Amino acid sequence: MKVPISWLKDFVDLEGVAIEDLAHTLTMAGLEVEEIRYLGLPIPSGQQLAKLSGLAWDREKIVVGEIREVGPHPDADRLVLCRLFDGEKEHSVLTGAPNLFEYKGQGELKPPLKVAYAKEGAELYDGHQAGLNKMILKRTKIRGVESYSMVCSEKELGISEEHEGILFLNAEAVAGTPLADVLGDAVFDIAITPNIARDANIYGVAREVSALLQRPLKPMPIEVQTDGPKIEGAARIEISEPELNPRFVLGLIREIQIQPSPEWVRRRLTLAGMRPINNIVDATNYAMLELGEPLHAFDYDVLVQRAGGQPPVISTRRAKSGEMITTLDGVQRKLDDFTVLVCDTAGSLSLGGVMGGLESEVTENTRTVLLEGAAWNFINIRKTLNAQRLSSEAGYRFSRGVHPAMAPRGVQRGLELMRQWAGGQVAADLVDEFPLPPQSSVVQISPQDARRWLGVELSTGQLSDILQRLGFEVKTQGETLTVTSPDHRLDIGEGVIGKADLMEEVARIYGYDNIPATRLGDDLPPQRANRSLEIEERIRDLLVRQGLQEVATYRLTSPEQEARRLPAGTPPDDKPYTRLSNPISQERTVLRKSLLASVLEIVERNANIRERLAFFEIGPVFRASESGPLPDELPRLVLALRGPRQPAHWQSGDGDTQDFYDIKGAVSTLLNSLGLRELQFEPAAHPAFHPGKCARVLADDQPLGVFGELHPQVQTEYDLGGDPVQAAALNLDTIYDLVPERFDSQSVPAYPPVLEDLALVVDESLPAGQVEALIRQTGGKLLTGLALFDVFRGEQIGVGKKSLAYQLTYQNAERTLTDEDVAKLRQRIIRRLEQELGAQLRA
Amino acid sequence: MLAELDKIHKGALAAAAQVIDQAGLEEWRSQYLGKNAVLTQSLKQLGGLSAEERPQAGQKINQVKQALEAAFEERKAALQADKLQQALDTERLDVTLPGRAMPLGRLHPITQTLRRINAIFAEMGFQVYRSRDVETDEYNFLLLNFPPNHPAREMQDSFYVEGGSADNPLLMRTHTSAGQIHAMREFSAESPENPPPVRIVLPGMCYRYEQVSARSEVQFTQVEGLAVGEDITFGDLKGTLTDFARRFFNADVRTRFRASHFPFTEPSAEMDVECFVCGGKGCSVCKHSGWLEILGSGMVHPNVLRNGGYDPERYSGFAFGMGPERLTMLRYRIEDIRYFWRNDLRFLEQF
Ligand SMILES: [Zn+2]
Repeated sequence: MKVPISWLKDFVDLEGVAIEDLAHTLTMAGLEVEEIRYLGLPIPSGQQLAKLSGLAWDREKIVVGEIREVGPHPDADRLVLCRLFDGEKEHSVLTGAPNLFEYKGQGELKPPLKVAYAKEGAELYDGHQAGLNKMILKRTKIRGVESYSMVCSEKELGISEEHEGILFLNAEAVAGTPLADVLGDAVFDIAITPNIARDANIYGVAREVSALLQRPLKPMPIEVQTDGPKIEGAARIEISEPELNPRFVLGLIREIQIQPSPEWVRRRLTLAGMRPINNIVDATNYAMLELGEPLHAFDYDVLVQRAGGQPPVISTRRAKSGEMITTLDGVQRKLDDFTVLVCDTAGSLSLGGVMGGLESEVTENTRTVLLEGAAWNFINIRKTLNAQRLSSEAGYRFSRGVHPAMAPRGVQRGLELMRQWAGGQVAADLVDEFPLPPQSSVVQISPQDARRWLGVELSTGQLSDILQRLGFEVKTQGETLTVTSPDHRLDIGEGVIGKADLMEEVARIYGYDNIPATRLGDDLPPQRANRSLEIEERIRDLLVRQGLQEVATYRLTSPEQEARRLPAGTPPDDKPYTRLSNPISQERTVLRKSLLASVLEIVERNANIRERLAFFEIGPVFRASESGPLPDELPRLVLALRGPRQPAHWQSGDGDTQDFYDIKGAVSTLLNSLGLRELQFEPAAHPAFHPGKCARVLADDQPLGVFGELHPQVQTEYDLGGDPVQAAALNLDTIYDLVPERFDSQSVPAYPPVLEDLALVVDESLPAGQVEALIRQTGGKLLTGLALFDVFRGEQIGVGKKSLAYQLTYQNAERTLTDEDVAKLRQRIIRRLEQELGAQLRA
Repeated sequence: MLAELDKIHKGALAAAAQVIDQAGLEEWRSQYLGKNAVLTQSLKQLGGLSAEERPQAGQKINQVKQALEAAFEERKAALQADKLQQALDTERLDVTLPGRAMPLGRLHPITQTLRRINAIFAEMGFQVYRSRDVETDEYNFLLLNFPPNHPAREMQDSFYVEGGSADNPLLMRTHTSAGQIHAMREFSAESPENPPPVRIVLPGMCYRYEQVSARSEVQFTQVEGLAVGEDITFGDLKGTLTDFARRFFNADVRTRFRASHFPFTEPSAEMDVECFVCGGKGCSVCKHSGWLEILGSGMVHPNVLRNGGYDPERYSGFAFGMGPERLTMLRYRIEDIRYFWRNDLRFLEQF
């Protein structure tokens, strides 16, 4: 909301208060000043609370000028030469301003015209360019006449976009006075949060300023001079939905003259962000900006005509579902049954509290105005705005709550402004239907509440003073304050809610800065186990130690993007997606089902950035739940490796590309480190992986996930580069269940181990895991280590065969093993390998 | 014979000095100390000497032999030292060639920031509480004091999820505050008459219906905090969050609390910290204000306490919320929020 300081000064004395200090005070109290726009006043440099914009008018170079005569230019019809007095001497000033032409050739002007006069070197906005471009006024020659100064338009001064003519000042302005002293102003742009909706007007902000600076607030300007006959009998009101429209007020002014508003009014409205229209519309807007009550002006004579010559009956009612109205913005609107319409006997007139209709609007021919001020249910207005996708100044205010007491005040203010600017007689009295007056909230508080909520000691006197400054009525009895909320605010609740509401007001005005910072002294809560989080963080640490980079990806995706992780033609799984009902883009329409797809996108993105890629991500996938509408959120871990095992180096050789056994190693190292020592691996089929290079890992017979080399078709579907990607997808929920709380450590052996190599030739088709399992089983407790160190295929051992070479470690915890012990065990192992697996000892 | 031995001694030492390599030295040893060496032969001649001469000559032979052995060792050491020196002189690496990088893993920058935040609050007794990404309108809004059609809802445009009811639609949570209600209800259910105090932080992914740009994302992480007890004040809020800022930024950082509005807290406050880029003088990072907006906070609204099973007449509390992305962006002066989920290694490798 835009607040010109000059307007604020109508209601509170700001003498001696720097603009920037005022902005700071308001911001700290919750009225955040987002921008200060300067109009002529000096713009400070250095640290600033808000965004600063605007133009400072040089006190020497931009002053009040007095045009004493307007004469023709010797050879240009569209230019005039002004004889201008700048307080010291006369100048000849050239201008093309059309609003001076009417004075051309009139000789000495009585009284002279007061204008904004800029001298050589003054900084102004360029009036001839679109937008705000600063320029320095330079000496030049125009059509043979030397020009070193100018008379300014509003645009050149930064007051408005107006550049058609020059700005005229009040006749009282004294030539030579710095213009900044006459028109200098600043406009605050204040963010109005929902809790301070009552401040969405100049008077509301002035009330806050008065409370914060402890300066008196001038009374609300609601006096109206009524010269006309009583309104009685001129109009009637019927309200059918008091819940939605608790109050409706009408006032009447006759014999008005529609014309432009006075210069200062137009300027003020412009500064506040509204476009001046004519004196009647401007008066409704001015009153709304000033007091916060949106008004609506009807052409009374049109209403009478519509009523067949009778006094109009204004009624408010719910629209019928599907009913239509054309609003002021020219849009034909289809209404819902909660929308409230303002109607007369001939039909609908406006969308109540939101926007007027076209038919009964004020026009140039309007002579009598019926002025509406009303109160509306703010939630219903909000519903209407949302349903109609509409925004208006009235809707903005009514959708945040305007107290019904403001309705007659707004009407009175509007009528008085019309009377002043458009002439005419205001009818005495108002037509006021008020079927549902709101209950004033009454809350009892005491210094104990301030102590308990805020941690600050405030006396009853201090509390009372703060609240009274904001307009609350306070009765103190002992330690108890009975606080009645003023009739301009609707936000104070009852009971403990009301106490909280009042504590907010106390804290804001007392100043957050003045509340001492303390440390929590309250009891600590019981500590709770956080197992899944702890394991998750251990996994992160372990994978980082294994050299993997953590990534974090979007959890919203599209089925198309996720389908890329499976070769084309893979039948879709039967698990439905959880879908967004209002996706913002085609790329994010569903909640992801696959973390693998998310991570592969990251591999793709980095495919050409680094040779070696090693990523992991921990995050949820989403799956429709059988137990309720909320999807299951299942924790997953995905690993992906690609390219060289080691980071690139000038000395590294070729052929060290990460393959299936790297991803297997990464998975086993991780799981082993988590305490899952007994892992089983078995070939697995998963459409995303190469059918011959895919395995499932299990612990305690429970599957933990799959890993392997990506299916070649998937590799090509993503642009992943030449080296095949190795990936793993693990279910963290199963892992959380299986990770042991603790384990028994092993003592360091006191006796030397015996090491021995064993090379076997077996059928190619025999999985090494079976060989290993048999060796381990036979070796029993004495076999403490088994490591495969070579796999060999070649002519020497025959086609369809392979050689597996193991190093075995024998160890007895109680004594040194003898050669005899070892030989016996070895014989037993070899015999079983030969008999059960058809293995041959390799010479 | 003694004179003869002296001559051998001198000749041998002179020859040793001429030796230039290990092979030469071995040759010298066999010549002067070997089986056929003059010295060895002269031992055999001892038998031909008189009983008086024999000990004297024997002693002399031993002396010479020891001297030559010592000379051998000395020369050997000298030759080895020469050889080493030669090697050291020639084996020179270009130390400016790049070293071999270890394959280093890293945590995502947001994980790093989340861990810092959680660790600081853990030391103040706040435990992590996690809750779901997909929420009901009830938990995300209604129970947090956002009535339907409340103006504050406009500040949080939501992604709605299919499958909810008209009264209680499903949505992607717009803040982790939804977890506040889950936590309070869970804890208060343990002892409804006498609910235990609460001190939790709620980290998690949140979602907002916004066009993606350098400044805004459709998903973002958030850490909320909640402290509820029988004696918790706005002063405690200020103290706790100022302590946090001092740990997170630096020990001298100044903080400032501005009145603000959130439906689930009252009074509400924004905490600013003095800009650590310019030290409060004003710069482009702090938009020339000297202050950086860091988090939102406030005293828990009585309705929220009540909805969580905590009687607002007896309990009070504060809540706060901050954005790890913003904190990370400020700390490292990151210009574009989209970097976080884009995961370009050229970005990730910097942290
Ligand atoms: Zn700064």
